Amino acid sequence: MSAATRLTGALATLAALPARVVEPLMHGLQKLLGIKRMPWVFLIPNLTAVLLFSLLPVFINIFYSVTGSDRLFPLDRPYVGAANYETLLDCRDYLDPSTCSRDLFWRALGNTLLFVPVQVAAMIGIALLTAICLNRDIRGRGFFRGIFFFPVMLSPVVVALTWQWILQRNGALNGLLTAIGLEPINWLVLPDAAFFWSVFVTVWAHMGFFTIILLAGLQSIPRDVYEAAKMDAASPWRVFTRITLPMLKPTLLVVFILCVIRSVQTFDELYVLTGGGPGSATILIVQFIYETGFAIQPRNFGLAAAASLLLGMVLLIFTLVQLRVARGRSYG
Amino acid sequence: MKFAGILSGTVFGLAVAAAAQAQEITVQCDDLGFGCKAMAPVVERFNQENPGKTVRLETVSYQTIVEALPVQLESGEGPDVAIITDLGGLSRYYLDLTSYVDAAYFEKEFGRTLQWLRGSDPASKAINGMPTSLTVNGAYVNLTLFEQAGIPVPQEGATWDDWAEATRKVAEATNTDFPMEMDRSGHRFASFAISHGAELVDEQGNPVVDDGLRTAIERFVEWHKNGTMPLDLWGAVGGATHRELFTDFLNANVVFYFGGSWTLNQMDTEVGDLFEWAVMPAPCGPSSCTVMPGGGALVGFKHTKNPELVGEFIAYVAQPENYKEIIAASVEIPAAASLIEGGVEYPSASERTQEALATFTNQIPKMAPAAYRFQGWRFQRAMMNALTTRISQVINDELTVDAALERIKQDVELAMGAAQTGGN
Repeated sequence: MSAATRLTGALATLAALPARVVEPLMHGLQKLLGIKRMPWVFLIPNLTAVLLFSLLPVFINIFYSVTGSDRLFPLDRPYVGAANYETLLDCRDYLDPSTCSRDLFWRALGNTLLFVPVQVAAMIGIALLTAICLNRDIRGRGFFRGIFFFPVMLSPVVVALTWQWILQRNGALNGLLTAIGLEPINWLVLPDAAFFWSVFVTVWAHMGFFTIILLAGLQSIPRDVYEAAKMDAASPWRVFTRITLPMLKPTLLVVFILCVIRSVQTFDELYVLTGGGPGSATILIVQFIYETGFAIQPRNFGLAAAASLLLGMVLLIFTLVQLRVARGRSYG
Repeated sequence: MKFAGILSGTVFGLAVAAAAQAQEITVQCDDLGFGCKAMAPVVERFNQENPGKTVRLETVSYQTIVEALPVQLESGEGPDVAIITDLGGLSRYYLDLTSYVDAAYFEKEFGRTLQWLRGSDPASKAINGMPTSLTVNGAYVNLTLFEQAGIPVPQEGATWDDWAEATRKVAEATNTDFPMEMDRSGHRFASFAISHGAELVDEQGNPVVDDGLRTAIERFVEWHKNGTMPLDLWGAVGGATHRELFTDFLNANVVFYFGGSWTLNQMDTEVGDLFEWAVMPAPCGPSSCTVMPGGGALVGFKHTKNPELVGEFIAYVAQPENYKEIIAASVEIPAAASLIEGGVEYPSASERTQEALATFTNQIPKMAPAAYRFQGWRFQRAMMNALTTRISQVINDELTVDAALERIKQDVELAMGAAQTGGN
């Protein structure tokens, strides 16, 4: 017997060792629980993780939202029923935040409802365009792919501080404008400009991530379909609308869902870049929750928990609608 | 064998006894001003003079003290002692040192500022810690720009309006970006508001929104609208975010900057002789010439297992010679009355910094009672957050002044309701 064969045999014995130990244990468990209950044995480790890290925080959040005080320990927090929700939802006219008891919550919600569709549309549109360009046989393709992905690796705070340095009154952009004889603009002081730059900076920072996913989707489309279209003399626009887009739809759906979730969660870049200003022009719902629960003294955990649950419900409804639409389309 | 057994038993017994006798406490502080670095020699001396008792300094960032320490304390954990700045907000965690220190001496030296540590119970006589140093809001002025413009510098007793007018002329004559600037901070605005007659909080601890506050907000907003103050701080930023642009003053982009005594060291090292600057006496409003005080305190916490050692250590630091040594090393304004009156020598500070410190110290006796009351109020931060948030909204035409005043009151009452009664 050669040394190689002996080694292979030893390795096989070693590999079978765990099975030899586990098998009698599993047999014992099966005898004890019965075959029907055995799947639970395999599911319990994962279920425990989900319970501890996903479901338990949700229940804790619900508990905090129906209790008051600035105390952290659950036992120190008195039950206040729906008081936190009533405070948040107390409005004479839901379309006019100034008539609401917590006007900043409604301003933040309004800003979020405007920010999310604008940012998601810009993000997907630009990421798709970039992915199509990077999918072509251009020179320095690898280099450009790296360049577009680079901002994704930066810390959000670094991104925000860099752009703040560019956009501030004496910043790089105004330096450039002055150098070419134009009047400088105080970008972060004008509400509309601040909102535009908020969208721009977040798209710049995260676009690379979605570009990579879309690029992978584009590369999975068989080349022969394009070759057939070429033989049929199909125009580039027709190829894009009849081949690329339909075949990219599953990837686009994933990108869309991820993009919406990330967009709703936007916080760090804007918190550093604008702090939610000017006034409340760029305050988003997550910033409201953060400030209410953690930044403002005394900390109002109950109100913050209630706001985050309301946000969670909106997201849940949105996801269900989205799944329904996706399912309807796939059946259709 | 028998001897070895007896020996090892004795050694074990002694070790257990020593461990039971040895006492150790941890002091958490940052490294700036009256912090771990300045206290280190005094702590070392304490450890040498008290065998079996150890005080261990734990240097952390200021952010840790502001954000992580309250959460640690809430869960019954954390250091035995710390130097904190949220004096009223953390009052429920403080150890009452009355039985461990010379209460009469503490009252005599730190009487006015001790009140800040009794946030939730203003009627209390407890000694909840030792105020370390005072910080004072104040105005830095670029004297070189005044000289270039040929305009006299307003002197002690000048009003906010006098300063606004003078700095506007200087900025125009010297082509400087802005006449005046103020940190985006509720604490800085409170100086301005109280000098305009705002009370902010009454003796019973209720928020006060009065005509003084209205006048202050109206004037402040007007200065932002007419370009006396840049929009970059109070106009551009939202929410409760604290923002400073002291670099504008360091780069001579502004004539008058309203900040505080803690930036003196930065002025000394970064500006040096590039231009002439000075700290000016507090500008006067219609009501008073006050600025806001602030500062830190060395406090013990209730959860400590060694309250006697905590008391002994704080009493040791408060001894005049030890306290003076730390203050001199930290280049800060003392909180002890005798040192405020008698003055302190700062061997490591430049002459200009010493002058500036003297100016800041001279503002202390002029501070209005409302400023002291506001500083020690448990809900001071709630009011300051409301001020920054709502004033920025007025500057951006999202709210009228009347609506902002109403919102400020509502915001503070909501915070108080949530903290005190558990509801909203």
